[in-house]
Order: sequence, then C-alpha cells, then structure tokens
Amino acid sequence: MNKEINFVLNGEKVNLEVAPGEILLEVLREKLGVKSPKCGCNKGDCGTCTVILNGKTVRSCLVLAIEVDNQEVVTLEGLMQSGLTPLQESFLKNNSFQCGFCAPGIILSATELLGKNSKPEKREIQEAIAGNLCRCSGYSPIIDAIIDITN
Amino acid sequence: MAENQFGYAKPKALNEALDIISKSVNPFILAGGTDLIDMIKEGVVQPDMVVDLKGIKKFKQITFKHDTLFIGAGVTFSELIESEIIKKQFPVIADLSRTVASLGIRNRATMIGNICSAVPCMDSGPLLAAYEAEVITAGPKGERKIPTEKWFIASRKTAIKKGEIVTGVSISSPGKHGSCFVKLGRYEGEDLAQVNLIILALKDGTFRVSFGSVAPVPIRAKKIEHLINGHPITPSLVEKACKLIEEEIKPITDIRATKEYRMHMAKIMFERGLNAAISRLNGGGPEYGKNLI
Ligand code: FES
Ligand code: FES
Repeated sequence: MNKEINFVLNGEKVNLEVAPGEILLEVLREKLGVKSPKCGCNKGDCGTCTVILNGKTVRSCLVLAIEVDNQEVVTLEGLMQSGLTPLQESFLKNNSFQCGFCAPGIILSATELLGKNSKPEKREIQEAIAGNLCRCSGYSPIIDAIIDITN
Repeated sequence: MAENQFGYAKPKALNEALDIISKSVNPFILAGGTDLIDMIKEGVVQPDMVVDLKGIKKFKQITFKHDTLFIGAGVTFSELIESEIIKKQFPVIADLSRTVASLGIRNRATMIGNICSAVPCMDSGPLLAAYEAEVITAGPKGERKIPTEKWFIASRKTAIKKGEIVTGVSISSPGKHGSCFVKLGRYEGEDLAQVNLIILALKDGTFRVSFGSVAPVPIRAKKIEHLINGHPITPSLVEKACKLIEEEIKPITDIRATKEYRMHMAKIMFERGLNAAISRLNGGGPEYGKNLI
C-alpha cells in the first residue's frame, strides 16, 4: 500500500515512497535526515516537532507524511540556508536557550509571527509561542530576543 | 509509524469521498488530523481507510448569504480568525478560535473536526448551541441538517450515521446582537477549558446562554434564559440566575479542576459574560478579543 509522494522540502524537490501510516516527523528525521524537528511529546502538546507547511507552522508529529504530497515543507535547515537568520543571532545574543531542544520549534513559530506582524506586542509573542514548551529557560530570554529584533 | 495499516485517499469531490467510505469497513475522515492522528498512533481507533478532505475545495468555504453563515468542513481555526466575514458578522467566533489550543494546532485543526471529536471540553460546541446552528451532513441518503442540540449525544458521541460526512455548519444570524465567549483555562495560552460559556444578547431583549466543559455535552441553559429574557438585568436577577446555574450544569472533578471550583467560576463567568454581551449589543466595550477572566 506504499505510495510515492513528491513535495518540496527546503526548496528542493523530494520524492519517496511512504506507507499511509508514516508520520511526517519520522520521515523527515529517519528517512530524509532532517534532524531539526524533534520528538518531544509525540502528541501535539510541546511544539518541538514544528515545521512550516505551506507557510504555516504545524505539528509534524500529527501530520501523515502522505498528506504533504504536492505541498511545501520548510524546516529550520531551510530557513538558515545562507547562515544564521537575524532572529537566530538575537537568540544567541540573549542567551535564549540552554539545552536547545525547543529551539527549532520556537524559531519557526517566531518566524511565522514576525512574517505576519513585524512589531508584535509582548502578549502576541507569548501567544505565538504558547504551544512551544521550553523546560530550561523560563521563556524570558526567548521573549526578550524576539522583542529585541523588532526594535 | 502508526501500528495499524490503512489505506489513504484524498478525493477531490464529495461524491467520490462518499463512495470511498461506503466501500470501507472502518473509514475515518481526516481534516486537520490533530485529534485523529493522535488517536491512530495511540491505537484508540483502527481505520482501514483514512479519507483526507483537504482535496475538496468547497470545504474551505466561509460564506455569509441570506443572513446565514456557512463554515465548511475544512476551515481551520486560523482561517476563522483571519476571515473578514467572521470579523464583521460574528466576532465572537474569532475570539473563541483564538483560544483553541496553540497556533500550530489552530493552523490545522477545524471547527468541524472539533464537533465531530465531541470531547466535552471542546470550545465549538457551546457556541453552536447558542447560535442554534445546524450541522450539515451528506450521506448515501442525501443531505441532513441536524440542530446542534440533537447533534451531541454523549461524550465523544454525535448523531452522525454510518456512511455520512459532515460538510459544514450553518448559523442563521439572530440579527444585531452582542456576544461574549468566556473560557477558563489554568493559564493563558494553550490549554483546554475547565469551563467555557457563551452568551448572546439579542435586540429583542432575549438571551441565549450556553455552557461547555461542565457536562458530557454542551448545555443550553434554557431555565436561565427563561428567567432573564425580557427583564432588566438587575443584581438580584443575576443572583437568581446564578443560583439556577447549579441546576443547569453538572461539572465533574478531574485533573484540571474540582467540580466546586468549576461551579464557582461558572457563576463569575456568567455575570461578566452577561454584562459584556449586553454592553456590546449597545455598542460599548469591552472590545471583542478582551479576556474577561
Ligand atoms: S512532538 Fe509534536 S508537539 Fe510534541
Ligand atoms: S532550552 Fe532546553 S527546552 Fe528550551
């Protein structure tokens, strides 16, 4: 019952065979070697598996790989093809992360927010990353870094 | 990888989708997948066929014609938040949508999926109950329009029949009205409701009040409506209405809150929501989007 799917991953065309039950997160990590999306909770609560699907962040642990046939997926690898983004620089400067497990997801969520709203209020930032759990930082340095870049 | 093997289809038209489900033993409909994929992974459901609705363009529609709002089965909560129609005609739907889970979930999850999963803490149920919405299904025997109060049968159980697909919901506008959605979570941002409530204040002096998360299915609080309809809202009337809440809802204690806390908060939320709905009807604040609790 495997099916061939074609999609654009970080700007490149990808073609592979998947079974309908395969989860996008696993396919990205195990079959395509894209390791920035991570498996935290595996059920949609933590946001570490965030990827951008057709311009919007989604939880790749809750997407079937077969669903992205003919769609466009961007992961953190795709965002930083020409080096660190200004947002990442700001995270670095603010020492925003400790273990970094949550970082790819938070960077993508913040990128989506800033794409829609270049001057978000603190509340809007909190809301945008509310679904990305961080167990180390206490969030303040993450929010500071996002505020920094909007100034 | 999900343990159980299933087929996958992404039909482009409703008829095709109905045909596929009629030929499957245990088909499941996939819209946003934020509930379904989790349930498949957990082994709670074992479909032999997953029918993805995202190929059916019509299901992406939000329309407002002849004073009736239609929300298609594929419309996500993010799309509801961004819709100009919703902003203008039913701002409370955008308010509610903003409180559903987190952004990454709202970008996928649909209102129709929410009422098909029908878990008691869903946000969409009380809203549709208060607006007296109709759930529209298509099936081998044609279309059915099911009033919200008949749609929810028990926790996770709806009036859908085998072979049917929900195509959307329709809400006929109650005319000029003020509305207010209040949701109590443990913290701001991503959380499930402990109590949620929607109040509509209509131009003719009547009200619609509906609670969620405090019983297996959404509660339309008809006794309260009966008490307050057509009356000036005085503190003593509100007090009487709050007493009635104890008869209308049946909260339980679970990991998120005790039943006593839920009952206590339901009263406070009712009072604030009622005042906000009335004030909005008269063109006043608090503006939509403001958190009241
Ligand atoms: S791993 Fe997907 S949300 Fe946690
Ligand atoms: S830095 Fe460790 S989880 Fe966020």
